[in-house]
Amino acid sequence: MAKENSQRLAVAKTVKMFIGGAFPRTESGRVYKVNNRKGQLIANACRASRKDLREAVVAARGRAGAWQGISAYLRSQILYRMAEILEERRDTFIDARRALGDTPRSATRSVDRAIDDIVYYAGWCDKLTQVFGSVNPVASPHYNFSSLEPMGVVAALVGHGQGLKGLIDVVVPALAGGNTVVVLADEADPLTAILFAEVAHASDVPPGALNVLTGQVADVAPSMASHKDINALVHTLTDAAQAAECARLSAINIKRVIARDPARKGQMPSAYRVLDTVETKTTWHPIGV
Amino acid sequence: MAKPTGEPLPFGAGDALAYAPAPESTEHVQLDERYGLFIDGAFKTPRSRRFFDTVNPATEQTLARVARANAADVNDAVNAARRAYERHWSPLKPAERGKYLYRIARVLQERAREFAVIESMDGGKPIRESRDVDVPLAAAHFFYYAGWADKLPYAFPGASPQPLGVAGQIIPWNFPLLMAAWKIAPALACGNTVVLKPAETTPLTALKLAELCRDIDLPPGVVNIVTGAGATGQALVAHSDVDKLAFTGSTAVGRDIQSALAGRRTRYTLELGGKAANIIFEDAAIDQAVEGIVNAIFFNQGHVCCAGSRLLVQESIAKDVLRKLKRRMQSLIVGDPLDKNTDIGAINSKAQLERIKAYLELGRADDLASFQTETSLPATGYWCAPTVFTGVAQSHRLAREEIFGPVLAVQTFRTPDEAVSLANNTPYGLSSGVWTDKGAKVFQISAQLRSGVVWANTFNKFDPTSPFGGYKESGVGREGGLHGLSAYLDVQDAAGRGRA
Amino acid sequence: MIDLTTLEGADSSDKVRRLCAKARRLHAEMPGLPHVAAVCVYPQLVGVARDALADTGIHIASVATGFPSGQIERAHKLAETRRAVKAGADEIDMVISRGRFLAGDLRYVHDEIVAVKDACGDAHLKVILETGELGSLDQVRRASMLAMHAGADFIKTSTGKIQPAATLPVTLVMLEAIRDFEEKTGRQVGMKPAGGISKSKLALQYLVMVKETLGNRWLTPEWFRFGASSLANDVLMQLAKQETGAYQSADYFSRD
Repeated sequence: MAKENSQRLAVAKTVKMFIGGAFPRTESGRVYKVNNRKGQLIANACRASRKDLREAVVAARGRAGAWQGISAYLRSQILYRMAEILEERRDTFIDARRALGDTPRSATRSVDRAIDDIVYYAGWCDKLTQVFGSVNPVASPHYNFSSLEPMGVVAALVGHGQGLKGLIDVVVPALAGGNTVVVLADEADPLTAILFAEVAHASDVPPGALNVLTGQVADVAPSMASHKDINALVHTLTDAAQAAECARLSAINIKRVIARDPARKGQMPSAYRVLDTVETKTTWHPIGV
Repeated sequence: MAKPTGEPLPFGAGDALAYAPAPESTEHVQLDERYGLFIDGAFKTPRSRRFFDTVNPATEQTLARVARANAADVNDAVNAARRAYERHWSPLKPAERGKYLYRIARVLQERAREFAVIESMDGGKPIRESRDVDVPLAAAHFFYYAGWADKLPYAFPGASPQPLGVAGQIIPWNFPLLMAAWKIAPALACGNTVVLKPAETTPLTALKLAELCRDIDLPPGVVNIVTGAGATGQALVAHSDVDKLAFTGSTAVGRDIQSALAGRRTRYTLELGGKAANIIFEDAAIDQAVEGIVNAIFFNQGHVCCAGSRLLVQESIAKDVLRKLKRRMQSLIVGDPLDKNTDIGAINSKAQLERIKAYLELGRADDLASFQTETSLPATGYWCAPTVFTGVAQSHRLAREEIFGPVLAVQTFRTPDEAVSLANNTPYGLSSGVWTDKGAKVFQISAQLRSGVVWANTFNKFDPTSPFGGYKESGVGREGGLHGLSAYLDVQDAAGRGRA
Repeated sequence: MIDLTTLEGADSSDKVRRLCAKARRLHAEMPGLPHVAAVCVYPQLVGVARDALADTGIHIASVATGFPSGQIERAHKLAETRRAVKAGADEIDMVISRGRFLAGDLRYVHDEIVAVKDACGDAHLKVILETGELGSLDQVRRASMLAMHAGADFIKTSTGKIQPAATLPVTLVMLEAIRDFEEKTGRQVGMKPAGGISKSKLALQYLVMVKETLGNRWLTPEWFRFGASSLANDVLMQLAKQETGAYQSADYFSRD
């Protein structure tokens, strides 16, 4: 738990979740122990229930129109603001990584990378449709164009041990695409995820646009996959049985399933990750007077 | 025309001024009595040894007998596709791949009349539509994607797209040849080989396309056609050596496929059902809108997944619109699909006609006001007169479920918000229509509609360059256009941050 | 126990017909569900509802007396009430004159309710206190008693047009008033919280409160109603969740 020294007793932080812009405890009333890699207890984290998921999806659905509706320029600035705040809290994040057992070097590298990745995705917000949309030269007198729109509510699962990088990889591209997001953080590293939620909270990310749950995949994933108000599920699960079960349950509402293999080479941030979470809308209009 | 009697024309009386039949000739159509499975470049007797009839829904007469592929047959086809992928198709220079597709397009154009007639005979759609829409668009699809074969990197900035391998493709009966083109053309252009299963009731144009592929010397195994019913499709879905599954059909079957593919590496795209809202605002050009309503729901007997099956009309013009619509509907000619005057042909199958009739019964059981054109339907064949139900509520099944027939559900609205709310109150999200003369409103409303295609002041337009596909339960992925390529490629980003 | 309600200035005949279709059959995918207790509309649309609900047993409630503010002459209020009843309403949801009530003119308010009750004839009278404008729970208690003594068959919290609408504390005060009134006079009066009750979970809390305060006798559509437009869909979604185990989406439930 929190460090002590002879002068004073440190004030330990209660780790809560992030739903609808607030930091509630879990509805389940249950916590689980978070250990560092040496097996020492570093905190208790909320063990989210499916009801927490339900509340998070309500918050995300409620905000979907607004987050989609703001200009891409503004969304870009809000994401960039996240990078600014994260940079400001860089040491806090590095400390959190080290508390888990990262070496100083690897802690620093992962946090710096997170910041730079967010900057990268922030820049895509107002370019995505420009680069990946199209004007289509149909063979009839119509003006026809394809633009990109968010899928809506995207749920995300971060696989075991993927920590901050796993979180950024699934959450930030979906936000950049204009989706609202409900993410279940890496079970082994809920603390960094909640720090990240605090960054979002301080960055004008509208309440409900990002919701962070902590807990266990087995508790939350089935309800996530079968939830009919979730449009897409992005995950980096490495457990094949869990991934297959999520894929099977997702068919209930033809949920888009984006399975990312964290072991696959070339896992750099990419515009194609944003594309995974958007729909193409094609509009026709006749030409003529 | 008028009978050549010596008497004066009974002007305005009887059928003297009715259009005379103008049937398209079927003389040049050559159909075999029996078709095997097109596997590895040749027609083969199915291992199943079983055949089924394909019937002309306008005459109920059998056109040919067609092989019913079983799992072993499907396995043969997949193996042939795999061999062709490895030996012929992936080593081939992309430009050469493209040239094969250009050949297909050209010969399809040459033989357009024959394909159109067969399409109308096998599926019941009016010859005017198969001649002017289905076949030309199918050829255009091959022509469009032919050109992509050697230009794929331009479609994926910063990435290196790679073919997936063997594509299994399952298509419906509403646009048999066109759907085959939508599936085969991009798959081949991207370097994949295919096993295509046409719908049970409309296999003939796909089999003719197989003949065409053979005739233009497409390497054996690049295109394989396995005919059959649901079980054949299931065998294709279940085959472990299929790298990609593309399906067009009902949401229920799409859901089963998505579920069946869980845990497998097989990628999939799905084009599923719809219940599109066609929204008419009071500032629309009303007569054009009425044409649009007719085209939206009665095109192809309403057997269209993106049909405008829900009409939302602003209350202030509802009476006028309905009056004009009824009048316009009276001039729709229902009858012989091969007659060039026909607007609405035969319902594709007896089973589908039963389904449509069940919905008509539902509407009547709910005491909904309805209107049906007065038209004499032929005694044999499967027919349904165009039907409109008014005063429909969102809670009525007529407003919620895909009917896939010439049945329109009408509701009124007062404000744009109400229209959008009604339009989006469905699990589907394939298409929508917006009719208004105000440009700003077109953009406002079309951005709020949760559907993959929005037709503004038009409806049911298709083009190879135009991506098509749904939101929500209407499907996954896009077909057509630049966006349709990604359905058949593995796109690895090479330019992500840190590499560019 | 739900009164499906639409009380918008923009309400159209078609919208009311759609609401009535929903009232008859909430969800085609769930056959066998009971229909709602009543449909609640403006007087001008009572005729439309009557035609759409013939022979269904669903009551037709009409707001009246210058809903929602009540700021019209008494003669007009009575005329409007009679018109609504004549058009087919068998339940009248009247609003009290909050201005007079707050000014202390209880006699005026009392007499007006008596007069409206008389204009109702056989129709049931629900008296809307608009508790959000009454200022205190004491006033809610006073208004409840006043309405019941004047002949209200039901007392109702709110129009839905003023915030706060129904709340649990306000409803408790009204329920206790109903309890006390029955003890004193022997006459049972119904309760209708309205406005803002859109979730099943909250509805359940109301039902528990009714059960604890008044007992099971009130837990029927005859004595207890929710005035709500979106509660029905939430109940449907909870039922579907219970049946399938999957959380639901509003896309699958008709927005009529």
